[in-house]
Amino acid sequence: MDLFALLRYSAPVALASIGETISEEAGVINIGLEGSMLCAAFFGMLVTYGAGSPWLGICAAVATGAALHFISGLFTILLGADQVVIGTAVNLFALGFTGALFRSHFGQSGKLLSVAVLPSWPVLIVLVASAPLTWLLLFRSRWGLAVRATGEYPPAAEAAGFSVARLRLSAVTLAGAFAGLAGGYLALGLAGSFSEGITAGRGFVAIALVTFGRWRPHLVFLAALLIGYLESLQFRFQSFGWRVPFQLFIALPYIVALLVLVVVGKGTAAPGALAQPYRREK
Amino acid sequence: MRFEPALLRFGRWAAILVVLLLVLIGALVAFGLPVGESLRLLGEGAAADKFGVARTLMKSTPLLLTGLGVAIAWRAGMYNIGGEGQYVVGGLLGAACASFLAAAPAAPLGTAGILMACIAGGAIWAWLPAWLYVRRGVDVVISTILLNFVAIQLLGYAVSGPLRGAHEQVPLTEALPQAIMLHHFDPQTDLHMGAILALVTALLAWVLLFRTKLGYEIRISGASPGVARAYRIDGNRARVLAMLLSGALCGLAGGVEYVGSAGQLGIGFSQQWGFLGIPVALLGALNPIGCVPSALFFGALFAGSENLGRFTSAGDTLVYVIEALVVVGVVALQIAAQRRTATS
Repeated sequence: MDLFALLRYSAPVALASIGETISEEAGVINIGLEGSMLCAAFFGMLVTYGAGSPWLGICAAVATGAALHFISGLFTILLGADQVVIGTAVNLFALGFTGALFRSHFGQSGKLLSVAVLPSWPVLIVLVASAPLTWLLLFRSRWGLAVRATGEYPPAAEAAGFSVARLRLSAVTLAGAFAGLAGGYLALGLAGSFSEGITAGRGFVAIALVTFGRWRPHLVFLAALLIGYLESLQFRFQSFGWRVPFQLFIALPYIVALLVLVVVGKGTAAPGALAQPYRREK
Repeated sequence: MRFEPALLRFGRWAAILVVLLLVLIGALVAFGLPVGESLRLLGEGAAADKFGVARTLMKSTPLLLTGLGVAIAWRAGMYNIGGEGQYVVGGLLGAACASFLAAAPAAPLGTAGILMACIAGGAIWAWLPAWLYVRRGVDVVISTILLNFVAIQLLGYAVSGPLRGAHEQVPLTEALPQAIMLHHFDPQTDLHMGAILALVTALLAWVLLFRTKLGYEIRISGASPGVARAYRIDGNRARVLAMLLSGALCGLAGGVEYVGSAGQLGIGFSQQWGFLGIPVALLGALNPIGCVPSALFFGALFAGSENLGRFTSAGDTLVYVIEALVVVGVVALQIAAQRRTATS
C-alpha cells in the first residue's frame, strides 16, 4: 500500500481524532463523534445530490458536524449535563435520523446511490497540514494555552480572566468541523455514496486514538496511520492466500489500541478535568 | 452526576408520560407522518392483540436485562458502554457450551448450563475493562468501546469458523434442539420464559443495590468517592464487582435471547440491545425497578415501529430518534430538578 492510498484510507479517522484532540484538551470528550460524522456524511451526500457539487456537499458536511457538536456542547458545557449521556443521545439520534430520512428520500431498501466524487487532494492536504497546525494552535498559541488550562484546571483559566464556557464551546465546535470533514470525506471522497451506518464505528475508533496518541495531535495523526495500515493488512494477507481469519485483522487495530493503553496506562498526558462539567462559583 | 431518585416518585409519572407522548408526536410530525394514523399503527403493533403484547414483552426482555446491567455499573461510576460486547460474548460462550453439550443432557440442566456460560462470558468481557481501570487507569468508556468491536469480530469468526453448524448454508451456529429452548407460553407467539426471568432479575438487582452492603458500597463509591474513602470502603473492589455484575446481566441478556428466541447465533445476533440498555437505564433513573416500565416503553416502541415500518417509508429507524429525544428529555428534567433544589 503506497502512502497516498494509506492517507486516503486513514483520512476519516485521522481527521476526526485530530479534532477530538482539541476538544479533549479543553476537557470535553465527545462520545457523539460517531453520530456527528454520520449526520455530516448524510447531509454532505444530500447537498451533493441536490446541488450537484461535491464542494458544496463537503461544506454542508463541515457545517453539520460543527452544528451537532455545538448543540451537544450547549448541553454539556452550559447546562453541565453528563458528557457520556449526551454523546449517547447524539449517536442514537444520528442513527435514527439519517436512517429515517435516507429511507424516506431514497426508498425503503436504500437503493444504491452514487454522487459526484470529491477529489481527494484538498482533503488530504488539510489532513497533513492539520497535524502540525493543530499542535501549534494547542501548544504554541495563547488560545491553545487557555484551552489547555480549561481542560486541566478550569478554575485557573477562569481566574486568569478567560471564559471557560466560551473556550470549551469554541474547541468543541472546531472539533465538530473536523468530524464533519471526516464524515463528509468518507461519503463523498471515499464511498461516493451514502449507506445507513456508513461510519461503522470510525468515530469510536477516533476517540480511542486520542488516548492512544497521548493527546498530542502529531502522535494522534501517526496513530491513525498505523491503525489504517494494520487494517489494510487484511487485504494483503487475503491476496497472499494465507489462511488467517480476516476478522482478526479487523479486530487487530482495536486490540493494539487496547494493548497500548495497557502499557502506557493513564499517564500524566490526560487533561486533568476531562469529562468533568465545570460550574462557575457564584 | 446526580441521579434524582425523586424522578421515580409517583406524582412525576404523569408528567413523564405526557413528555414521552409529546416526544413521540413531535418526532412523527418532524418526519411528516400523519400523527393519528401513525399512533394507531404504533399502538396496534405494540398492544392490539396477543401477538402485539407478546412482541412488546419479547423486545422488552433483553432491553430490561442490559438496562439493569448499565444501571448497576453506572451507579458505581463505571461508564460501561460495552453492554453490546458483553451481550455478544455471553451468547458466544453459551453457544460454545451448547456445542460441547451436544450429547443433549436433561433439558432444564442443559438450558441452565448454557445460561450460566452466557453469564460467565458477559462477566469476563466486563472484567477486562474493570481490571484495566483499576490496575492501569484506562478509561472505561474507551476500553469498553474497543472491546465491543473485538467482540463483534469474534462473533463473526466463531459463527463462520469453529462454531458453524454442519448443515448451515450461511454463517450460523447449530440450531438448539427444541427441548433446550426456554418454555414458550403460547406456541403462536414469541413470548418465552425469559420475560419472567428478566422481571425476577430486576427485583433481585433492586434488593442487591438498595438492601445489601455491597449495593450500598457500589452506590456510595459512584456517588461520592470521598465519602466512600472516609468510611474505609474499598472503592475499587466495589467498582470491579459492579462491572462483573453488569457484564453478567448483559451476558444473561444475550443468553436469554439465544435460548429464548434466536436458537442459533449469526452475524446479526446483536441487534444493538447492549447499546440500547443505556436509554433504558437512564429513563429508569438508574433504578432496577424503574428500568421495568422503561424497558416496557422502549419494547413497545420497537414492537409498534415494526408495524409502522410496514406502512411508511421512514421505517423502523424512527425508534432511535425517539430514544435520543427521551434521553435528552431525561437529562433536561434532571437539570431542572437540580436547579430547583439549588435555588430553593
